[in-house]
Amino acid sequence: MNEITESRKPPLATTGILGWLRMNLFSNWINSLISLFVLYVLIQFIPWILNWTIFAADFKYNFNGAEITDRTMCSRVLDPENGGACWAIIYVRFYQFMYGFYPRDEVWRVNLSYIMLAVAVVPLLFDKFPFRKHFLKFTYVFPVIAFFLLNGGLGLESVSTNKWGGLLVTLVLGCTGIALAFPLGIVLALGRRSNLPVISMMCTLFIEFIRGVPLITLLFFGMVMLPLFLPEGVNMDGLARVLVAVTLFQSAYMAEVIRGGLQAIPQGQYEAARSIGLSYWQMNMKVVLPQAIRISIPSIVNTSIGLFKDTTLVIIVGLLDLLGIGRGALADTTWLGLAYEVYFFVSLVFFIFTFAMSRYSLYLEKKLKTGINMGAD
Amino acid sequence: MSEDSIISLQNVNKWFGDFHVLKDVDLQVKKKERIVVCGPSGSGKSTMIRCINRLEEHQEGTIIVDGIELTGNLKNIDSVRKEVGMVFQQFNLFPHLSVKENITLAPIWVKKMPKAEAEELAMQQLEIVKIPEQADKYPGQLSGGQQQRVAIARSLAMKPNIMLFDEPTSALDPEMIKEVLDVMIDLAEGGMTMIVVTHEMGFAKTVADRMVFMDEGRIVEQAVPEKFFNNPKSDRTKLFLSQILNH
Repeated sequence: MNEITESRKPPLATTGILGWLRMNLFSNWINSLISLFVLYVLIQFIPWILNWTIFAADFKYNFNGAEITDRTMCSRVLDPENGGACWAIIYVRFYQFMYGFYPRDEVWRVNLSYIMLAVAVVPLLFDKFPFRKHFLKFTYVFPVIAFFLLNGGLGLESVSTNKWGGLLVTLVLGCTGIALAFPLGIVLALGRRSNLPVISMMCTLFIEFIRGVPLITLLFFGMVMLPLFLPEGVNMDGLARVLVAVTLFQSAYMAEVIRGGLQAIPQGQYEAARSIGLSYWQMNMKVVLPQAIRISIPSIVNTSIGLFKDTTLVIIVGLLDLLGIGRGALADTTWLGLAYEVYFFVSLVFFIFTFAMSRYSLYLEKKLKTGINMGAD
Repeated sequence: MSEDSIISLQNVNKWFGDFHVLKDVDLQVKKKERIVVCGPSGSGKSTMIRCINRLEEHQEGTIIVDGIELTGNLKNIDSVRKEVGMVFQQFNLFPHLSVKENITLAPIWVKKMPKAEAEELAMQQLEIVKIPEQADKYPGQLSGGQQQRVAIARSLAMKPNIMLFDEPTSALDPEMIKEVLDVMIDLAEGGMTMIVVTHEMGFAKTVADRMVFMDEGRIVEQAVPEKFFNNPKSDRTKLFLSQILNH
């Protein structure tokens, strides 16, 4: 009996590293050719890029050991053949890249906000986080604390937003935009599916209008036209006006993403929720939305990454985000010509954030797939 | 309506677009009565019982459940839904909640019951449907029969006076049908008012006080099971029974 039921190991050639290579890279001659070509390109390219960015690069000192203070001291200007990147421009202007023109004496407030942001966001992202419930209370009050910390008030010296810049502006726009657009998007998505024609029409109109317009147009709208709608004498902060535009833009996209998730929820879920007596809001909050949002996570993260990158457009209306500070640095005559370094650094910072977001979305998808089998059949 | 009816449908008509699904339906159900509704597919059985807790809206006639008339009045609808439990063909458990959370959801949010009390209640209901050991699993980890029993427990947790069953065993594999029917028989013996849409004629013979046969949106025949099965009056009932019993 054992002879029949005993399971055997799979053939050696299909497992392990060799098996993987055989199956994935060298399964037929076209694949093998492509694999070899890609390998060749990588071998040519990787050492060169490592050399340029790290081994032959200047950080604070050039190859003579002198501290770099302008472009003429960069190794790659002195010796174009062998010199690598000149990171000194980033080093010298690092403060600006991170904080813009935030007063140095007050910069601890930004740093504290960054740390608090991490404390507020991490428990939100991982449901196994110890004492998560207590941390989440902090997450709710964090925006208020951050507002007073960054902006001033309550005894702290006021720092006008036109001094904010660099990563600070990028993060404020990205985080606030995403955080505000999420609930707004949910309301819009529910509204668009509402049985009440007036509400449904208003939501549809809003969503379609915002989606039909480029973000830049909305930014101009926020900058130029929003003040016209405000009562006389009320002066809205420039950053706040841009935030309104960014949030409206993002909420329209978020609404469509969540609406897609809502459409995937079977009618039976609504009926079951209704039949046990749940009200409209209870049904949505407890039964429908948790499932719909779960389905939409990849798209939610996708649009969030999109927004995070789109915040660079604020340069058009005169805000200096990370990219804006980079362009400012390039315009400085002492550092002329170091565009590679600046754009590389700016890209790297953006990449770190967006890559983290995309990894997190993958992690969530995997977790939810293993935990719960959505839908009975 | 007669005085002792807990559910009363009078001259109920309903259309899906131009399609006339319910035609002058009259049905009186007494307290603790067990009704089995049968008929060919598309005959309006499901639609009729879905009108009783207003998952479907009827356009003409009156439906009165436990003294409350079903109209557009949302308050009335809410109070009727608290009285009436419903079990669906596709179970419709909430896949993102554990078995226990599925059952405690409505007691906690609709009846504002404290969580601990609701969980105790959930365990009692799971005992009734004989699967207390599955309390912490998710619906996707259960068999169809187990899921349907959880769905019954979820309805029972709201302590309804009336239970509606919409083809509760039609989506189940044959070996699981019995475990669900057993639970339903227990319920019937406990004195629950039940309206069951089903093709399980064995079940009907054991528990039904009355059989209701529907065809093309009309109630064609109502009778006690013995009469219904042995001596059906209308030709359509005869044809239906011959098809369903001799397959």
